[in-house]
Amino acid sequence: MYGNDFAPPEDGPGGGLLGEVEAAEAALREAAARARRGGPDPDEDLEAYFADVIDADQKIEPRDWMPEAYRKGLIRQIAQHAHSEIIGMQPEGNWISRAPSLKRKAILLAKVQDEAGHGLYLYAAAETLGVSRDELVELLLDGRQKYSSIFNYPTLTWADVGAIGWLVDGAAIVNQVPLCRCSYGPYARAMIRVCKEESFHQRQGYEILHTLAHGTPEQKAMAQDAVNRWWYPSLAMFGPPDGDSTHSSQSMAWKIKRFSNDELRQRFVDMCVQQAEILGLTIPDPDLRWNDDRQSYDYTQPDYDELMRVIKGDGPCNRERMAHRRRAHSDGAWVREAAAAYAAKQSNKEKVAA
Amino acid sequence: MTGPYDFTLGLGDDALIAAQRLGEWTSRAPEMEEDIALANIALDQLGAARLLLTYAGELEGAGRDEDALAYLRDDREFRNCLLVELPNGDFAVTMAKLFFLAAYQLPLYTALAGCADERLAAIGAKARKESAYHLDHASLWVKRLGDGTEESHRRMQAAVDQIWPYTHELFTADPAAPVDPATLRADFDATVSAVLAEGTLTRPETGWTPGGGRAGVHTEHLSYLLAEMQVLHRAHPGARW
Repeated sequence: MYGNDFAPPEDGPGGGLLGEVEAAEAALREAAARARRGGPDPDEDLEAYFADVIDADQKIEPRDWMPEAYRKGLIRQIAQHAHSEIIGMQPEGNWISRAPSLKRKAILLAKVQDEAGHGLYLYAAAETLGVSRDELVELLLDGRQKYSSIFNYPTLTWADVGAIGWLVDGAAIVNQVPLCRCSYGPYARAMIRVCKEESFHQRQGYEILHTLAHGTPEQKAMAQDAVNRWWYPSLAMFGPPDGDSTHSSQSMAWKIKRFSNDELRQRFVDMCVQQAEILGLTIPDPDLRWNDDRQSYDYTQPDYDELMRVIKGDGPCNRERMAHRRRAHSDGAWVREAAAAYAAKQSNKEKVAA
Repeated sequence: MTGPYDFTLGLGDDALIAAQRLGEWTSRAPEMEEDIALANIALDQLGAARLLLTYAGELEGAGRDEDALAYLRDDREFRNCLLVELPNGDFAVTMAKLFFLAAYQLPLYTALAGCADERLAAIGAKARKESAYHLDHASLWVKRLGDGTEESHRRMQAAVDQIWPYTHELFTADPAAPVDPATLRADFDATVSAVLAEGTLTRPETGWTPGGGRAGVHTEHLSYLLAEMQVLHRAHPGARW
């Protein structure tokens, strides 16, 4: 591909996480290779069988029996993940026409294309749970399903494209790497594929910021301003603090989620501090400092009232993002109808010929 | 008029401006699959543009690289055909533009692959494979829309009528060029006639034949396109990105 043409930095961001993705992939293969029980016995309790499979770290597959709440919860989670990929094309797509060099333009185009691909892949994973992509898209367009709050923030400068790669994709990977081991097979496999590409996107974003931070004073200021605006929205991507999170305990018990919101947020902060130092940029938190007892950084929590406002629809770009998506959908209706009509005519012709 | 520099620059500009227009579709396509396809084609065009502009800069010998050529020329210095700079319009207009462009680029790059200039031959050999995919994709949509619903047929025919006049400029004779565009016309006509017929569409009569792009005399659209494309680069002279 034309875009992805620079060598990955030796010890760049995402390196260790990519290792975890590969380990998860190996574990998935091992689990598949282990002799698996051939299904529940005729008189066996289905819930007990399901619990057995989860306990043994085997994967639940589409044809397996599963509790209705497990199915519903996964549909919600995977669909919202897919919606986020699709809506997430907008803030970055906003800079394709203005990318400052042809190489950067190519890389950004390739990235946004990857995101559409992730969306399709995730919708396909959701469909294995007995729901159609069209239904899920309707739920998004009606506002009955959400997408990640982060995409309701505007991309005001080119440096925002770098900050999204470094921080937003970085947070996404920290969140998603554990999902590579989640108990639902199609989701785990989707996450392995998604994480590999996301890790690459994160490096690209990091490289954009690195170039800006080592460029002219104006470029460096642009990079710092972007990090200042994206830091807290990125921290908020991990969701509310553990005490307030509604889905956590059940998700953990079912091995969909493997770490709490706060654990993952802490992992992300610890990862970013060191990278910010190499970038030569400051993280906008005056209380950020190393805690020797915890062997982690203390940091200031994001404003969760703001997070709730954004999730409820009152972020800076919620209205625009939804209007844009609805417009693309409704403007394209005649094209989809034409494709369906043409396909029907062709299949009729084949029948007549046969 | 044309030596290898002007010729290469013109083809590079065609690909660059086409990529810029296709990139505008990102996140706006009628289907998610089409979002991917349009971004994919934009990326191919941009890739070809980078190779062609880099080579044009070398032929010129004035030290201009792909970015200097893309970002620091004004519209009077651009050499792209008018077809690629026209606004996207609806999906049918975009497909008419892509279809005519690909039906021209495929025989062009194929001929280029056999030309005496090794660099141009290598670029042609790479780009023709991509053009074949673009042509296939656009042809399918021209047929789907042409032979789809009444509404899509109406829009596809209107798009073909609107874009057709701009195809003539592509084949202006230039015997001095590495590949004389006039020699590509028969191949183009054969492709176009077959696809339009399958799509139950009518090929317009030739009347008005606008041109001037290769001489840097463009439509009013190009200056706006460049203003957007170049704004950031020009705001930071000499910066690295």
